[in-house]
Amino acid sequence: MTKEEILHLGNLSRIKLSEKEAEKFLLEIDAILDYVSDVKKIASSADVLPSPQVVHNIFREDVVQNEPGSYSKELIEAFPKKEGSYLKVQKILNPDS
Amino acid sequence: MTITELRKKFITGEYTPLQAWEDAMATIAKKDSDINAYLDVYQDTKEEAVAATDLYAKEGENTPPLLGVPLAVKNNILIKGRRATGASKILENYIASYDATIIKKLREAGAILIGSTNMDEFAMGGSTENSAFGPTKNPYDTSRVPGGSSGGSAAAVAMDSVVAAIGTDTGGSIRQPASYCGLVGFKPTYGAVSRFGLMAMGSSLDQAGPLTNSVADAELLFNIIKGQDANDMTTLAPDSYPTFETKEAYTFGVPRAFLGQGIDADVMDKFTAHIEVLREAGHKVVDIELPLFEAGLAAYYIVMPAEVSSNLARFDGIRYGVQKEGEDLLMTYLNSRAAGFGAEAKRRILLGTYVLSAGYYDAYYGKAEAVRAKMREELAEVFKAVDFVITPTAPTPAFKIGEKEDPLSLYRQDIFTVPVNLTGVPAMSLPMGKVEREGLELPVGVQYIAPHGAEDKLFNIGKRVYDARA
Repeated sequence: MTKEEILHLGNLSRIKLSEKEAEKFLLEIDAILDYVSDVKKIASSADVLPSPQVVHNIFREDVVQNEPGSYSKELIEAFPKKEGSYLKVQKILNPDS
Repeated sequence: MTITELRKKFITGEYTPLQAWEDAMATIAKKDSDINAYLDVYQDTKEEAVAATDLYAKEGENTPPLLGVPLAVKNNILIKGRRATGASKILENYIASYDATIIKKLREAGAILIGSTNMDEFAMGGSTENSAFGPTKNPYDTSRVPGGSSGGSAAAVAMDSVVAAIGTDTGGSIRQPASYCGLVGFKPTYGAVSRFGLMAMGSSLDQAGPLTNSVADAELLFNIIKGQDANDMTTLAPDSYPTFETKEAYTFGVPRAFLGQGIDADVMDKFTAHIEVLREAGHKVVDIELPLFEAGLAAYYIVMPAEVSSNLARFDGIRYGVQKEGEDLLMTYLNSRAAGFGAEAKRRILLGTYVLSAGYYDAYYGKAEAVRAKMREELAEVFKAVDFVITPTAPTPAFKIGEKEDPLSLYRQDIFTVPVNLTGVPAMSLPMGKVEREGLELPVGVQYIAPHGAEDKLFNIGKRVYDARA
């Protein structure tokens, strides 16, 4: 693995990494990957993900479980940025591009 | 002190919930500046203790089973109106908007939740050093870790502020701190206890459970928090597993080859002595083979970070939590998560993202899940011949704070506990004596592993071996 790959993983994971962090993670993640590669020796190429033996419906009925609005106050209070009871976010469409 | 003893005193009136509450607060005030077991202490619960005291005076033993019992709860479990941080900076000021199912059940049983406990960030670690709010210290030796990730819960019980606490266990996070702090730590069968309202770490591995001073208390708490929940579709229907008869004499299997390396000599001596105790009590102890268990740790450090990277994707600083605004939305994500997560969380997210990425998925995640399936088969085969598999809970007693800087050396502490989560079976850590380090006595634990759904058998043997000790 290279430092560039670590920085790329940072981007994919939406975590900005400093150069110093990337260098440290490079060494550590390389060592961990080396260690966990043992699984390849144990599971042969023929081994695939097991499929469930018995399948049955585990979904609950799709019904409203609480009074409308009963959690709104708490959820809105937790918004980092808001306007009235709206969650305020940055624009995601860039008119220049 | 145990819940059972406390309850007896509450019923006779010899000691009241209010006195217990006041004593708990006094103990925290006296000891917690050293130990740092608690993240928040709920001083406003005094009224509940007063009400419980009144109810015992009126109704005595006809009160709910945990009435007035002060408990502490790991801070990755949501309690409505309380701060739920997961010991992460990214949720530093997050207030839970609802109760976890297990919290609801504990309240219905009358428990008084007096505080939230410290932990490794999002339950990632085995020492509670990864908390954004500073490490918790081991009450037996404050230069050492209490274990983790439920280290705050373990320390809260070991320092006698509460008689029991709730933790979560993804790879040993209840059992290992129980071992380091001289407690009973119980990890239920996967699916026995609802995960609704728990911050997900490894969704296929996580279970909540109790840390207690007796097996009877662990059983009592488990029977209160367990059960199928419409809000967690991985919870089990009551008839999911066969029932197990308790026996007079059990057979224990020792995976001898697995114990071959890396165990502290004093821990091994205690383990050998514990086996003798079992033999003297009339149980049979035989050597067994579990060759795949040695690969468990490798499979775990693929499956778990993969699930972590997915679960922690929700923390983006948009709807709740810490937000560090950047020039555009992408930079806001990148900055918020960079500032909000600690090093171990970042390490596991990166690793998980890697093993799940196109081209590597089959080589890592696919193989790890295949190993996991084989481990299940291997264990099921062993359970045809033995009732329990027995190992030390951890290879060493509590280590020094700051001693394990290399992540792999810390991961190796989980070698005996992670196969249990990978296979989904229940297991319990019991104190098996103390070893001496630098003139101080440090507790160490023994782990009993049982087949899926065989909780009753675990409690039966645990009560006979541990609770009944003179």
